[in-house]
Amino acid sequence: MAYTEEELKKNLETKEYAYGFYTKIDSETFPIGLNEEVVRKISGKKNEPKWMTEWRLESYKSWKDMVEPDWSSLKYEKPNFQNISYYSAPKKKQNLKSLDDVDPELIKTFKKLGISIDEQKKLSGVAMDVIVDSVSVATSFKDTLSEKGIIFCSISEAIQNHPELVRKYIGTVVPQKDNYYAALNSAVFSDGSFCYIPKGVKCPMELSTYFRINQAGTGQFERTLLIADKGSYVSYLEGCTAPARDENQLHAAVVELIAHDDSEIKYSTVQNWYPGDKKGRGGVYNFVTKRGICHDRAKISWTQVETGSAVTWKYPSCILKGNDSIGEFYSIAVTNNFQQADTGTKMIHLGKNTKSTIISKGICAGKSQASYRGLVKISPRAENARNFSQCDSLLMGNNCGSHTYPYIEAQNKTAQIEHEATTSRIGEDQIFYCNQRGIDTERAIALIVNGFSAEVLNKLPMEFAVEAKKLLEISLEGSVG
Amino acid sequence: MLEINNLHCEIEGKPILKGINLKVDKGEIHALMGPNGSGKSTLANVISGHEDYEITKGNIYFKSNEINELSASERAHEGIFMSFQYPVEIPGLTVTNFIKTAINETRKAKGLDEMSSREMLKKIREKSSLLDIDSKLLSRSLNEGFSGGEKKRNEIFQMVMLEPELAVLDETDSGLDVDMLKIVANGVIKFSNDNNAVLVITHYQRLLDYIVPDFVHVILDGKVVKSGDKSLANRIEDKGYDWLKKEIK
Repeated sequence: MAYTEEELKKNLETKEYAYGFYTKIDSETFPIGLNEEVVRKISGKKNEPKWMTEWRLESYKSWKDMVEPDWSSLKYEKPNFQNISYYSAPKKKQNLKSLDDVDPELIKTFKKLGISIDEQKKLSGVAMDVIVDSVSVATSFKDTLSEKGIIFCSISEAIQNHPELVRKYIGTVVPQKDNYYAALNSAVFSDGSFCYIPKGVKCPMELSTYFRINQAGTGQFERTLLIADKGSYVSYLEGCTAPARDENQLHAAVVELIAHDDSEIKYSTVQNWYPGDKKGRGGVYNFVTKRGICHDRAKISWTQVETGSAVTWKYPSCILKGNDSIGEFYSIAVTNNFQQADTGTKMIHLGKNTKSTIISKGICAGKSQASYRGLVKISPRAENARNFSQCDSLLMGNNCGSHTYPYIEAQNKTAQIEHEATTSRIGEDQIFYCNQRGIDTERAIALIVNGFSAEVLNKLPMEFAVEAKKLLEISLEGSVG
Repeated sequence: MLEINNLHCEIEGKPILKGINLKVDKGEIHALMGPNGSGKSTLANVISGHEDYEITKGNIYFKSNEINELSASERAHEGIFMSFQYPVEIPGLTVTNFIKTAINETRKAKGLDEMSSREMLKKIREKSSLLDIDSKLLSRSLNEGFSGGEKKRNEIFQMVMLEPELAVLDETDSGLDVDMLKIVANGVIKFSNDNNAVLVITHYQRLLDYIVPDFVHVILDGKVVKSGDKSLANRIEDKGYDWLKKEIK
């Protein structure tokens, strides 16, 4: 079939979430609602030290006095926070040493996702810290990592085994009161990942965490804390899918990165949570706070491929505190049907000779709306700061919208700031050109979209790039490409 | 190979082709000439299967099969190629990747395995040197930032890579300087053999000095009004189309 606008629309509409299923895992779930008692109970369940409980309670108190922000371009039904259960953990909680000990249902889930952990372990050398419904159930490659002194574990474990590190760093980049959702996360975070790379160590493998929301109606509040000590290097991958569900699921994660002098952190995300059905029902609310701080000559790179969620609200940011530090943000956001995304980054230049690069690619289809919202701030003492920003949008069909809100605040005359933006459409002429060369419409769209996204896809680690390309195709086509 | 019988076609309800008859056999080079708006490009698009053009009457046969209902990509798989008058740009998609995909999609449609990288590379080397193409061009985004000449040469490069049975060249000479014209024409001559056919659509006789056609057809107001040999093209070059218009009346 050659391409017409109508057919393209139909193609897009018939696309269903490829990963829509629900795994029955014996779970223990708290009754719904949030109060001080629930916060204490979460902390108690996890056997946390007193300072942690107190920290959570402080966060809860701040949160109670805060109001949900409404400055974004997003339109959605505000979640009822008293209608959510704040803790859900698989019941079988014996210590698991190998994958054989993992619930077979869970293994099935991974197989459906096309991600066999053992295969990944063997083939790609990726250490996975698997998180399903809040509690880490399997970790691997710990030995290899511990030889180098690298700590890679769930945040709960870190609170037990490395309390001094957690206490020193948690909340230093994203303070408890930073924003409404960060405060909520600080109060009730269930689990997440912790990573520490010692001085001068180059982490020998890509570190990977697989997040999934599973239990019906449970919000998931992940907390990730990643510290790269002086002169170290780490590449961290985070990938997500979630099963289809009717009611909205709330996800409010916090990720904090600390890059000490001369260190480098590469943080890559592929996000494919359930986006809701083609009528806009259901889907995940994704309200995430991600921020990193760079000390002298340190570098943080955020790379993200966002294809999922009904509502995404996310600005991975860099505070370039140290002199000669570098911040990068590479993003592809795909929205289809009734999805909404308000995403971008903040680059806060505080140190001298700091550099930042922003490449944002938005692909809109169906009736979706996508906004890029970014802030480049050059503080008075940030001599010779440089920024380059590029925001491109690709529109498919006539019912979607793409918006760009670049905020620039320059308080130092030596700053050099560049901003470029383009909006384009997939043209019938492009499709016909491909058709004439023997490439059918579906494949043609994939080629055009992948071409549009190439600059960002190239920044992803190899094995992730393959998965990301697939996701782009799933998100935009009638069938899996 | 290609046979068009009494073809009528319209776009958005407006009739453009009003009874085209044309027969092109293996091993032949045909030229189709005509003034602006006579239906030349429309015919190229209709042969290629562009869906904006609705066939209201008549048939197109390719290799003895009627292809009226085949999609553009199916026609491409059958061996029809069109060199575009205005090749489109696809940012981020390299020329190499595009050609590789095109070749393999066609092979897939024929039930063949993908071409091996080694074979592909060899072919690319051979054909790009034929057209004097710098290898840097092959790693650039498809047609993005290409000069007019580079775009047209890239079209002919795709043609020789895909090795179609019927090549329709829609105004391939427009926007080319003399040197580029020679390179492009040379590519077409090397391509042409006893098993394929070429239909050259052009305003001017200039290109036909290099690619000498076996037959020349003149299209006026959606109809082929006169056919002949190369001398017909020369006559048009000298006298324009007015004498023909009078002749029909």
